[in-house]
Parts: sequence; structure tokens; C-alpha cells
Amino acid sequence: MATIHVDGKTYEVNGAHNLLQACLSLGLDIPYFCWHPAMGSVGACRQCAVRQYKDKDDNKGVLVMSCMTPAADQTRIDIDDEEARAFRASVVEWLMINHPHDCPVCEEGGHCHLQDMTVMTGHDRRRYRFNKRTRRNQYLGPFIAHEMNRCITCYRCVRFYNDYAGGTDLGAFGARDNIYFGRYAEGALESPFSGNLTEVCPTGVFTDQSHSDHYTRKWDLQYAPGICHQCAVGCNISPGERYGEIRRIENRYHGEVNSHFLCDRGRFGYGYVNRADRPRVPEWTERPGQEAVTLGVDPALERITGALRQARRIIGIGSPRASLESNHQLLAMVGPENFSTGIESREQACLAMMNRLQETSGLPTPTPREIERHDAILVLGEDPVQSAARLGLNLRQAVLSRREELAEQIGVPAWNAEAVKTLGQDRYHPLHIVWPAPTELDSVAVARHALAPDDIARLGFAVAHAIDPAAPPVDGLDPASQERAGEIAVSLLKAARPLVVSGGSLASEAILEAAGAVARALSRRAAQGGLVLIRREANSTGLSLMGGQTLDWALDELSEGRADAVVVLENDLYQRLPADRVEQALARANTRVVLDHQRTRTAEGADFILPAASFAEGSGTLVNLEGRAQRFFRVFEPAYLRPETRIHESWRWLHTLAAGLRGEAPGDISLDLATRACAGAHPGLAGIVDAAPGPDYRIEGLRLAREPQRYSGRTAMRANLDVNEPRPPQDTDTPFAYSMEGYSGFDRPRQQIPFAWAPGWNSPQAWNKFTDEVGGHLRGGDPGIRLIRPQPGHREYPDPVFDDGATDSSGLRALVLPRVFGGEETSARAEPVRQRMTAPVVILARPDAEALGVRDGDSLTLLGVREGDSLMLFGGPDITVSEQEDWPPGWAGLPAGLLPGLGQGATLTLGKPTGGES
Amino acid sequence: MSGSTSGQGNPLRYHSRIRQSGTERQPETHPLTWRLRDDGEVVWLGEYLDKDGYQSVRRALAESDPQGIITVVKDANVRGRGGAGFSAGVKWSLTLQGGDMPRGYLICNADEMEPGTFKDRLLMEQQPHLLIEGMILGARANNARQGYIFLRGEYVEAARVLNRAIDEAREAGWLGPDIDGSGFDFDIAVHTGAGRYICGEETALINALEGKRANPRAKPPFPGQSGAWGRPTVVNNVETLCNIPAVILHGADWYQNLSGNRTGDGGTKLYGVSGPVAEPGLWELPMGVTGAELLDRAGGLRQGLRLKTWLPGGTSTGFLLPEHLELPLDFDSIANVGSRLGTGLMMAVPEDRGMVSLMRNLEEFFARESCGWCTPCRDGLPWVVKLLRDLEKGQGQAGDIELLDKLAADCGPGLTFCALAPGAAMPLETALRHFRQEFEQGIGKVSGDTRGVPDRVAADAPANNR
Repeated sequence: MATIHVDGKTYEVNGAHNLLQACLSLGLDIPYFCWHPAMGSVGACRQCAVRQYKDKDDNKGVLVMSCMTPAADQTRIDIDDEEARAFRASVVEWLMINHPHDCPVCEEGGHCHLQDMTVMTGHDRRRYRFNKRTRRNQYLGPFIAHEMNRCITCYRCVRFYNDYAGGTDLGAFGARDNIYFGRYAEGALESPFSGNLTEVCPTGVFTDQSHSDHYTRKWDLQYAPGICHQCAVGCNISPGERYGEIRRIENRYHGEVNSHFLCDRGRFGYGYVNRADRPRVPEWTERPGQEAVTLGVDPALERITGALRQARRIIGIGSPRASLESNHQLLAMVGPENFSTGIESREQACLAMMNRLQETSGLPTPTPREIERHDAILVLGEDPVQSAARLGLNLRQAVLSRREELAEQIGVPAWNAEAVKTLGQDRYHPLHIVWPAPTELDSVAVARHALAPDDIARLGFAVAHAIDPAAPPVDGLDPASQERAGEIAVSLLKAARPLVVSGGSLASEAILEAAGAVARALSRRAAQGGLVLIRREANSTGLSLMGGQTLDWALDELSEGRADAVVVLENDLYQRLPADRVEQALARANTRVVLDHQRTRTAEGADFILPAASFAEGSGTLVNLEGRAQRFFRVFEPAYLRPETRIHESWRWLHTLAAGLRGEAPGDISLDLATRACAGAHPGLAGIVDAAPGPDYRIEGLRLAREPQRYSGRTAMRANLDVNEPRPPQDTDTPFAYSMEGYSGFDRPRQQIPFAWAPGWNSPQAWNKFTDEVGGHLRGGDPGIRLIRPQPGHREYPDPVFDDGATDSSGLRALVLPRVFGGEETSARAEPVRQRMTAPVVILARPDAEALGVRDGDSLTLLGVREGDSLMLFGGPDITVSEQEDWPPGWAGLPAGLLPGLGQGATLTLGKPTGGES
Repeated sequence: MSGSTSGQGNPLRYHSRIRQSGTERQPETHPLTWRLRDDGEVVWLGEYLDKDGYQSVRRALAESDPQGIITVVKDANVRGRGGAGFSAGVKWSLTLQGGDMPRGYLICNADEMEPGTFKDRLLMEQQPHLLIEGMILGARANNARQGYIFLRGEYVEAARVLNRAIDEAREAGWLGPDIDGSGFDFDIAVHTGAGRYICGEETALINALEGKRANPRAKPPFPGQSGAWGRPTVVNNVETLCNIPAVILHGADWYQNLSGNRTGDGGTKLYGVSGPVAEPGLWELPMGVTGAELLDRAGGLRQGLRLKTWLPGGTSTGFLLPEHLELPLDFDSIANVGSRLGTGLMMAVPEDRGMVSLMRNLEEFFARESCGWCTPCRDGLPWVVKLLRDLEKGQGQAGDIELLDKLAADCGPGLTFCALAPGAAMPLETALRHFRQEFEQGIGKVSGDTRGVPDRVAADAPANNR
């Protein structure tokens, strides 16, 4: 701590901060541009000038940049100094020289740090009478719109994109007053974190193209605290709605999970919520092949209960992309003995193992923020940037943080960003990646070992043995792998806080067991390490804590006639198991009820579709890969603007349906009751009640406002339907109001913040007003509650078991590679994400390519897939061959989502496309 | 870019020349230039060795440790000849070395791009081994493993000469492993810049050397803590390094006495004069000669011209008046009257030269050469240029001069990221102070002329004067 004096007042601040950080953390306003809480100081914009005095006797002082001046003990400064104020006004005046002043037509308007700072410094008269310089803009892909005229040259974009996120295709070009930020040539920005430019840019150079397609001002959007459903990280988001559509996803600050940044799948993958083909009313298909008819709620429920009552046995198939509340209501309706998680058996086994390892490996699971403090990392059988993108960014920061340690040794503070980068150069904390395909983290890794799944596990066990001789050795390991294992072990042992990262992407229990063995070995050597295990979907962890049978079991029950009705919750079974197997099982059922917000193949084959709420219209609880239960809240009431819609949360449908099945009148149901019912039934989930405040939560007697105070047009919004404005929807489930009336301030600490706004702070920089210190934690505490805790006790090592069995010489084995765009079912239905999906590629080792008679760039067609007894024939799309030098022979790498239902390790028959016709 | 050409032979080939004859230049009094030939040809290794070449290296490697060299240089108070005048010895004493600190770099700043400055090229073009000798001593003192000469791209002749001299020295064992049997190893590479003024700023130079944008770096940390590729790095000007061998050979007292009692600063200085003088050129003179003596050396202004004002050392220094000619040209005396010694190459401005167009010309240079990193420099200087263009055309508006005052003040030291904008502000501020009336004449007189004596200057003005 340090004591500093600002404008004659004395404050206690963090002495490791610079003066700008310290003052902002105190809630004092100093304007700034180039500084960013996550990226430190570079002193470029000169906006944050204050007067600093040498000591208490100095009454002259000099102007200094607060961002470049340490908050040393007994520093004395004046923010409110005449000369400093005049200089700050000059800086904004300069920045505005070439700015187009196009706020009325600029999409950043009302959300703009430049506007805020201009107002803060009082610049309101233009003296520059000469021509402005103008710019060409670039096409940067479906996510980001580019308008360079607005640029004020703060360099934040390239600092984020290149330095922080590791991108390589955005740069600063030119010199003097002719600096251009863009790509060397037009084209989509390659980094999966490009969307953060929209929040990092202090003005409207980089804006959200998906937002632009249905633009609404920030103050006219309605928000709720959301949780991203697009992977298992559980990033906190602020979805913004207008006229019944989600129009934009913004980052919602969480001090431990996502901090300031999201990945592009999460930010731009929301389009599925707005799809015109979504089921919005109940549908009934009397006989397969017939046209579906729409039903009212009561007739639909009557018909469904009628049909289900006829059933001998109903199987309920849950979903890892649905809330705990919905899954539990299904489980309660069909009974635990009839409930399946809807997860394929190998994935489910992996999920169970991951939960177990998190409790018993001996190493705790760090939060994403804590990941950044680890100093040696082994990534075993995962590609985090593709499978849990936000974590990839955390891992990168961990590797880069070596620079800050080096800087500390020569007295350079961590916030001095360019100096830290200069000193560090390419000296990183060691990162060892064991993964067959190239990854985005390769450039900062010691090495990437390209191995087949079983060899990944072997190497992992060998590392464990090298760390702790008590761990079982691996038989028959080749000397090269032995040496690699030794190197990795030494590197992990040398570290103060080694981290092991693994996950379920390759559906290999052996890999997870190996990762657990490494963790255990490290914990036995008393290392202060961590273990991160990546799950695939938003609620994979939660559902595995709830438990249930596998999807394979459920399909078997149906196809073998042991059950004749099925209720599928928000799950497209065709994404999980081969189509013929799913089809056969569903065909045997007499009644197929699907609740979903997407018109999936499963939904299309159903007798009944009940329109379920997505995260936009529904509330519920998810558990992320740390084991953190987090509540998401509905953003808007769909029936208010479209009275014909009958969208409800699945838990609400299922509660009513269950009562109908029992022949009872449906009792009360609310979010709180649904959450409590789930918590009460599953001991592992008991904590979820406390994940967020209940519906009675009030601040100063007020609900929390979903809408900003300047929200406009409320009285006219439904005028096309009725000139009388009805009462706004009432929300009895949550503490939020569908209104601008309610609490939306920053001075009372709170966890649940639909949108960040503070007087004078309209941009995302307003989050600084909600945190205990800039870049710190929410003053009301970071939301959510951790459910999985390490259990004390010594445990033995497992014996290495490898699961790749007999290799099938008749074809190549599928190695499905996670991918950020297209590898997840719902976001892959969003248009901008569809545009960013890469062309289908099959990665082959050279000998395998040669055996097939193809070379890099040639085309292949998938002719057949054999998985166990199941054989599927394809006339699939042409896939481009990519030969990779170190790719494991015998395996064919295919991107996730290309062939839904394709399991890891399935045997593929590939052939050349039949030429001639196209 | 220098368009001036002169001298013998190929009329397109410029030869920098010292205006003092060989008889005047003696080893005891002219440590920088006594070896130069009257015919202006290069002093190659053989001749250089005949003239006591590399003796300081032999002695220092045999007799001194790094600390010993630093102490002598510090005692001699060799002040940086690139313009800032910071003590080279103190700079060297702050370089991190020893322990597990990696050996870093010694960089010679040869990006001589200060307008009106042409001293380093003389040393490099005609006497390359003195610079190499100085660099070896600097490397020894700072435990550097590799030297770089960051050379202005237009200095193609210097590049040719330096590269050949480095080859000579390497072949003779003065560079490379185990120099002169001392066990010390060091080598030098020439890196030619692409021609940006900002590359003369030492940290921007380092970034450029690393292949990055030539933006300056924040200090602290100084290059001695974290310089090129994050290693301890020393950046010294050509002339500074050329001073070191004689200091090592003859000692700090001798060096101090070179300037007699003219000034507290020791040594000699390569002074120069440009502008409409009878004999522009270079002279090695004791530190602290007066402006008047220097102008005398150049034969005064050409026939019929009278001195209006002068810049003491490049265009980033402040304008001085004829009355200031009696001051010694040393760092502190010049600083005391609101200017800087800078590079010590005087630029004389005659009475018939209009200050508005002169300033417009200078500020166009500074605005163009801004790296674009910090706001005052990047966006403030172009505004200065546009205001000056209007004033030059008589289209200035009320308040423009006050605006220029404010812009000059806002580009002052400490307010900008590096010294480029303060260097642009100092001539502007002093011109506005001393010649305000000329600027005022540019206000509101659309058809007026602000160029002093019109017939002469109009002929000099660029045709495309917008």
C-alpha cells in the first residue's frame, strides 16, 4: 500500500499501480485513451496528464502522464490543476482534428469512450479550420466493421490484437499523422478474439458487424446478466435486446472468469436466437411425413400428456446445453431410472472422470484468472483456443507473464507494457503442448508434440513417472518419448506453480487419467500447481454432477423396445451419435416430444415440439468447467412484442407436463422453486441456490433495471399492435424489471449487473466503476459459486490403461478436432459464424496421403464410416487434403461439426471424388 | 535529404571536408581530426596504425578493467556529442553488467539526420578506424558482445568506407575473438537505416534495429537496463565515441585542458557553420569557442548580408540573436539563454530571410518525421504547419499566433513522449518570441507578403508552394 495525495486529499492506494490506475480505482476521473486495465500503460496518447509535486513544499510541480508514473508512497498530484486541465483539453482537441464528428451516424455513439473523454475534458469548440484527412476502410470479415476515419491513433487495437491475443494479421502502418490500423490486404481478421476490438477501440473504428445488421443504440437495448452458452468456460455476457431480437453480445466483467474479453464464438454466435425458423409455438405432427400443425399451449399439453400416458415407459433425454433446472425437471418427470443426460457414453465417462480428478488429483482447479499466474504449463491432449477459446487467452497470458517477472528483477513495474515486452522479448514461461494438429499457442510454446491419442496418454504417464518414480512406468516407450517426458517433467518441477491442462476433446479416458497422474505426481512433490480440465458444452459439468444414463443407453432402451416414448430436452441427438443409430431408436418410439429453441433434425422428427426458451428468453443455472455454478437471466419477454409466441423455459414446460402426467393441476413454478428443487435433489448441486440472488433481492428497495435510464420508445414499441400501451411484463422469477425503472447505479456493490453504465462513462470502460480496483473484482463479489472442491487424502496412481485397442487396417481412424467456428452446434447456426467456418479439411500424414494417391490440396470424399457395428455410407462433401509433416500416421484429422455424430476413432473409408460431373 | 554537392572530381559526389589544414591539426590539440589527410582521402588501416592507431585499445585491454575505462571517461566528463550533452561516463556506469546479466550491445548512433548537421559523416567517411577504436573501448567498458553502427541510409559512402574498415580491422585482429590477445571479443556490423529522423532518438533507433516500428521507448528503463532485444545496451553518437581513444591514451586531465578556461566542458568539438556564409564547413575547435569566433572561421556572412539570427546546433535548437555570438558554444552557456548547443553546427540566418517561411519549412520537416506515437507531436505539429502556411500566405486569422504559442508550449519537454516535438517547439517558440512581428504580418492580409525582402526570398521559395 502507498499513501498518495490528490487535489489536497489523502488516499491509500496499491503502490504497485501507476497513478492513473490508482486514481481510477479510487473512483476519481482522469481521462485516458491508450491505457487499458488489461494491457497496461504505454504513454502514447498523453491524455492523462496531471501535475506532480516533488514533495509537500514544492508548489510548482511538473505535468506528468499519470499512466506512466508510479503511485509511490507520498506522491502528491493535482488532477484539478489549471495547466493540466488545459493540456488535457489540448490533447482531445488534437485527437479530434481528423475525427469525422459523425456521432449521429456512428455505431459507437452512446457507447463511446472518445465521446465520454471529450465531454470530460470540456472540449466543445472546434478551432482547427483546415481539411481533415480521410481514409479508406477495409473489409475485415463478417464480425468487424472498419471505419478508419474515426481513428484517434491510440494503438490499443494492435496492442490487444497482437501483443495480448497473439494475432498476426492486424498492424499499424505509416507514420506521422498518417497511421493506418488494418490488415496488409482486405480479408477476415484471423484471430478468434477479434471481437474484443469493438470494446478495446475507444471509438468507432472497429464495430460489431453483426450488431450493425440490426443496429440499436446502447441506451435502447434491454439487458440481463447472461452466461455464454457456446462453450464450457462460462463467460459472463450482457446480451442486448430490442424488438424481440438479441442485437449484440457484450462482455460482462467477471473478475475471475472472463475479465474484459470474450471469444468471437461467444460474441458473434448468438444469431441462432433470432432465427426465423425457430419453433415459437407448440407443433404437432400427427403422422411422420405429415405437415406439422401448430397448437395452443393447453391443447398441446393435453395431447402430449395423453400420448405419454399411453406409454409403457418414458425415457427422458437431457442436454448439456440446457440449464440444470430444465434437466432436473425432466429427470423428476421421468424418474432417475429413466433419465439420460443425452451425452454419448465415452464423453460421459470422460466427464465423470474429470469431476473425480478435480476432487482427487491433489491439485486444485484454478479460475481462468488464476491460470494467468501459473509459470509452467503442460497441455495434454487439448487445443484450448479451439475448445474453450477464452482459456486459450488466459494460457497465453500465463506464458507471457514471465516477462513481468523479469521486469520486476530490474525494477520495471508490470504496468509498463512496452518496457515489459522489450525486456521479455521471446522469453516465456514454458508451455508444452501435446496435440496432433497445429494450435494458436504453438508460437509461444517450447514445443508441440504431435501424437495420436494413445501416445498422448503414454507420454502423459511417462511425465508422471519422471516427476514421481512412484507413478507407474510406461512399458515400451521409445527413447525419444522418454526424453520428451523427461524434459517436460523437469520443466514442470522447476516451476513454482505448474499447471496441467487436459480435457475431453479426444474423448479419451486414458489421456485424462494420464493428466490426473501428472497432477498427482506434482502434488506429491508438493508443487503449488493446478489442473484444468476442459469440457465441451455450457453445462457439461453441471449435468455430469447431476448424473444420468448415457445417450447410448437411452437409444438402446428405445431401439430394443424397453421404452416406447421419449422426451428430448434441447438436444440434437444427431450431433452426438451416428444418424442411423439415432434414427432407428427414435423410429421405435411411439411418442417423441422435443423441447428446443432450434429446429434441429431431432426436432423435425418429433411428434410434438414445445418451443423452449434460449438464454435470451429463459433463466437458469449452468456449471462451467471450473465447477462454478452461474445463473443466467432472461433478457426479454418474447410474448410482449409477439403475442402469438408461446416460448417458455423448458423447466416450466416440463413442470406443467409432469403435473399433467400425474393428473394433477400444475402447482406453482418459478425460477427459484426450480433451482431449489434441483439443488435439493442432487447433493453435488446443493450450492446452486446461492449462485445468484433470488427474486426478492432489492437495492434501496428497487428491482434492478434491465434498461438504461435513457431507454426510448417504450410507449411506442407495440404501437403497431395496439396504441394502448399495456403494462410491461412482470418478472416474478428474478429481481430484474423489464423497465428503465429500478436500480442501475454503480455506487451500491452488486454482483448482477445487466449493463455497465455510470454517469459520464457510457463505454465498456464503465466497468472500472464497478470493480474494487481497475481490472480487479466486482465490488459486490464476482458472481457464481464453486461446486467442486479438492478432497483431502492420499490416493494411489491408476494403472495406465490405453483404449485404442486393435487398430483397424482397413481404413484411417477419425480424429475429430475441436474448432472454435463450427465446432459447436448452436453458434454454428448463426450466420456470421457460418461465414467464418473454414473449408472442410482432412489432415493426413504423408504416407497415408500417398497410399490414397493424393497430395496436399487435392480433394477426397468420405465414402463410409464404421463405428463398432454401425456402418454409414456417405456421398459426403469433398474435403481438401492437408498434409502435415508431424501428423500421426493412421489417423485422419477432421474438424468438429463437419460430420455430426462422427465419433473419435471411427474407421473412415476415404476415396477420390468421382470425377467428371460436379 | 542533402542536395548540396561540392568538391572535386565527380560533381555529384559530395565530400565532407575539414577547413583546417594539416599543419593546424596536431595530435595534442586536435584529437578528432589530426589524422585526416589534406587530400580528403580515407585514412585506411595502414596509415591509421602509423598514426598511433589502436594504441588506446592495446593499452586499455592490457591495463584496464571496464570500471577503469568508465572512471577515466567519467573524470574527463566527455559529454554526449549527439546533442543532449549527457556524460558518457555516467551513462556507461549505469549499464547493467556482471552477475548473470547477459552481455549486451554497443550501438553507434550514426543516423545523423539533424538538419544542418554534417559532422559525423566526415569522421566516418575519412577516418573510420577512429570510430571503430572508440567502439571497442566502449564495448569493453560496457561488456558489450556486439556493436552496431546504425547509419543514416543516405550515407552510402560512409557505409562503404565503414564496411571496408571493419573488414580490415577484423582481418588485423582488432575485431572478432580475442582482440589483441586480451581474451576480449567484440565485433561490429553496419546497419543502414531507411531514413527517418526519429531513428536518431536512441530508443527509436533500437526499435528500428530490431526490425520494429521506429517508435521511441519509454524511459525508464533506460537502454543500459533493457535495450536492444531486452539486453543492456549503450547508444553513443559517432563523435562521442571518437573522443574516447584520446581520453584513454592521454588521460582525463589532458582532455579537460583541451578547452582551456573557455568552459567547464572539456575536449574539442567538431563545430560547423552552414547558411549564406563565405566558407561553410567544419572545424575542430576547443570546446567553448564563441559563436563569433566560429563565424569568423567561416568568413562571416556573404557579401552584403547581415546576420539576423542563428541556430547553434541544428534545427531542433532555439534561435539566438547576434548579441549571443559572444557566448561560449558549450552545453550550459547556450542552455542558459533558452536554446541548446545541440550538435554544435551553427546555422546562420541573414536579415533578408523571412522567419515565417523558414519556420514553415522546419515544421514541415518535424511534422513529416513524427513517428506518430504520441498525440502532441503526431497531430499538433501538422496543425502548426497549416497555421504557418496560412500566415505565410497572409491568410492567418486572429488568434493564430496565440494558438502557435500554445501549440509550442504543449509540445514542450515532458509533455510529449520523446524529444522530437520539444525539438520542433524550441525553434518555433524562440522565433515567435524574437520575431513576433513577422508572424503578425501574416494575419488577415490575403494579398500581403510576409517573406521579408520579397525579391530575394521569392526566388528561393519552392515553386509548388501551395
